[in-house]
Amino acid sequence: MTATLRKTPLHDAHVAAGAKMTEFGGWSMPVWYGSIKDEHRAVRTKAGLFDLSHMGRVELRGASRVALLDRLATNEVAGLAVGEARYALFCDERGGTVDDIVYYVLPDRLLVVVNASNREKDVAWMREQARAVRGAEVVDRSDELAMIAIQGPLAAEILAPLTTAAIADLGYYRGAEGLFLGTPAVIGRTGYTGEDGFEVYFPREQAERAWGAVLDAGRARGLVPVGLGARDTLRLEAGMALYGHELTADIDPLEAGLGFAVKLQKPADFVGKAALAARKAAGAPARRLVCIEGEGRKIPREGHAIYRAGEAGQAGATDPVGKVTSGTFSPTFEKPIAMGYVAAAAAEVGTPLEIDVRGERLPSRIVKKPFYKRPK
Amino acid sequence: MTIVPPPDVRYSESHEWARLDEDGKTVAVGITDFAVKELQDLVFITLPKPGTKVARGQRFGEIESVKAVSDLIAPVDGEVLAVNGALEGKLEVLAQDPYGAGWMIQVRTAGGPEVLAGLMDAEAYARFTREAGHH
Repeated sequence: MTATLRKTPLHDAHVAAGAKMTEFGGWSMPVWYGSIKDEHRAVRTKAGLFDLSHMGRVELRGASRVALLDRLATNEVAGLAVGEARYALFCDERGGTVDDIVYYVLPDRLLVVVNASNREKDVAWMREQARAVRGAEVVDRSDELAMIAIQGPLAAEILAPLTTAAIADLGYYRGAEGLFLGTPAVIGRTGYTGEDGFEVYFPREQAERAWGAVLDAGRARGLVPVGLGARDTLRLEAGMALYGHELTADIDPLEAGLGFAVKLQKPADFVGKAALAARKAAGAPARRLVCIEGEGRKIPREGHAIYRAGEAGQAGATDPVGKVTSGTFSPTFEKPIAMGYVAAAAAEVGTPLEIDVRGERLPSRIVKKPFYKRPK
Repeated sequence: MTIVPPPDVRYSESHEWARLDEDGKTVAVGITDFAVKELQDLVFITLPKPGTKVARGQRFGEIESVKAVSDLIAPVDGEVLAVNGALEGKLEVLAQDPYGAGWMIQVRTAGGPEVLAGLMDAEAYARFTREAGHH
């Protein structure tokens, strides 16, 4: 036992269920309960239940809460109606990515969900920025709230009988307040899997009871608990960025392909806006985040160098054109898949590449993003 | 679900097993049920060709799961006699029968009482994994 890891309110339930636990962002979290592939397939075909209580949940309150978040986030805040949600980035003054977040507009507050590993940094920064915007309060509710996700094509029919919120009518990237198993909750129709699904925020004291009740309600339909292993393979197939891999302080949201969440036209000045506007005006980014499919069964991993195909051993043409940021073996397609940054000149769909997987060149090519899109 | 470590093989701390043949020289090598369960979701295996020299404590191949890649460490010194080529397309054998059909390589050793020195017996290995499971 080395450093003490933080535990979610569901930690004991995971251990009792036989989950393999691992360290993630300072937390002891389940990687799998049985098998990553089986859990992955359950989410793609039926439904899966995730404990996400390690993530940071921060409320912004007060009359100036919208002004505060508009100052911090790259996406729009003013003008959103109650019940709307958005994905956005926090950037630094240089346009580097500090975190990626989701926020919900609630009647009396904004609920901001941040990455576990960035929570302290984000909260400190939000408080610092709040000083410049009088009338806004930053309340870190992470230790009081549990957060679970129900994801998959059967998520809505499993969740609907458990809540008073009208989730059947809830649109994608919308949130609602209501009772969840009799306890006050916020329910958002968002996720990180590429499937339909919901994220639920409710008091931590109710976590174990709710976890058991959702499993009981969904078991007959094929719902299973899902660990971080399958969460990673699911988000990778869906082409979604993971902070610390596809996003860091040295990567701006434009090269990450997240321009849709950067509203340079919004009236509010946000941190990093000037830098991002200048980069955009300078033309297309020099490197781009791409999706890569490999041949065979060897798996490209973070940090592996990417080359143009056929350049191995050719004089003067052996410099890498990029680097892998995440890779795995896709349970859906039974192929190695990866995301990585590649020089713009080599970033076209179809470009043949080779990835140096521990000294062996893996033939691969750039494919359209994302790898997986759910059938409508 | 757990397969009890059989008494007729010896075990390394890196979770390989070694079974000495009746000839006193040939040793079959594989990985334990504990290792298979720790790795989970196996995708790929690289094994050496017959004739390759292996050395105790040195890597003789690698096994990759969805989550990570791990080295396979030789528990004995010798030369690879045979390789279980059937594993490549059928890694689920490792979960079903890790100590039998899941063998990976056969090694021709020098023989003698030192061949399996330093390896644990089944009882010691069971204790070792119980402790490893609680770190």
